[in-house]
Amino acid sequence: MEALDGNAIAGALCEHYGTDMTTTVGRCAHCGTRAQIAELEVYSRAPGAVVRCRTCRNVVMVLVVIHGVTRVDSRGLELADD
Amino acid sequence: MSAGRRLDEPPASVLDAGSPNMASRSAQPTRLTWQLGRVMELVDETPRTKSIVLELPAWPGHRAGQHVDVRLTAPDGYQAQRSYSIASGPEDRELVLTVERLEDGEVSPYLVDELRPGDELELRGPVGGYFVWEGSNGGPLLLIAGGSGIVPFRSMLRHRFAAASAVAVRLLYSSRSLGDVIYRDELLRLAADAAVDVRFALTREWPEGWRGHRGRIDRQLLDDVAWPPPEQPLVFVCGPSAFVETAAGGLVQNGHEPGRIRTERFGPTGT
Repeated sequence: MEALDGNAIAGALCEHYGTDMTTTVGRCAHCGTRAQIAELEVYSRAPGAVVRCRTCRNVVMVLVVIHGVTRVDSRGLELADD
Repeated sequence: MSAGRRLDEPPASVLDAGSPNMASRSAQPTRLTWQLGRVMELVDETPRTKSIVLELPAWPGHRAGQHVDVRLTAPDGYQAQRSYSIASGPEDRELVLTVERLEDGEVSPYLVDELRPGDELELRGPVGGYFVWEGSNGGPLLLIAGGSGIVPFRSMLRHRFAAASAVAVRLLYSSRSLGDVIYRDELLRLAADAAVDVRFALTREWPEGWRGHRGRIDRQLLDDVAWPPPEQPLVFVCGPSAFVETAAGGLVQNGHEPGRIRTERFGPTGT
């Protein structure tokens, strides 16, 4: 299955965070790679979406829709504040 | 470890949403909501793609390159949602989406084959701030499209024209055949501008005497089309995942700076 990228979850993330997140830089909690959300790998052939780091391929976010509301688990990602 | 802010903590702008000073920023809604658009017109672009011209009473405007989420609801309540790039320019009166029919698709066959003028379509947007070009971003601008990956570039080219931007543009557009080239007439008209260079690459069928590229794009073609890396073109690549990997990877191998390359992948799935 081919991966998409973080552009594909722009709407769901905007619904959850209330602002566009695609240009937000996150740091992978597994390998430390920094990337904008739009650059992450997104697998969406599932009830929701699995987001992986493009470098180490570990899961950094999971999005699921429950009763019409998008829930986001982003424990694998930290905002890379300088 | 790190002092980084966790992503599930809402950014300050969201926490501010209820404060009085938000009124001055009201042009940008803080919450993304679903709205109904009325289909004004359907335009056949190629045998597999159609443009949907929409009237949206509450459209907040968009930036070139952004997309919308479209949601279909079945009579039993089942919902399916997909993202589609906006084909119209920010300065255009109506919102236009161009949709390619995927044979095993859940949403696109309905949009391409069943939708009729006067129907209502539920969508939300615009969304995405990464794959966006505005005149102030400058150039030179290198656009690389595979198949319906041309759609956001039509918005960017229309915006460039409407804004009377002098930024030089090179577009490399890969399609299966000449008949599969979306917006062909419009792109050829745009290419009359000396600062706009449009090149078609055809992967499967070529008309007799075709002098353009034959076959899939490769590093040599990318090198021929792109400005040399020292000129630091701003690059946008949009297409199926494998196409984007080839194009973006080839440009990096040719010496282009990864930070100047923005990518958007599409495929048969959505969220």
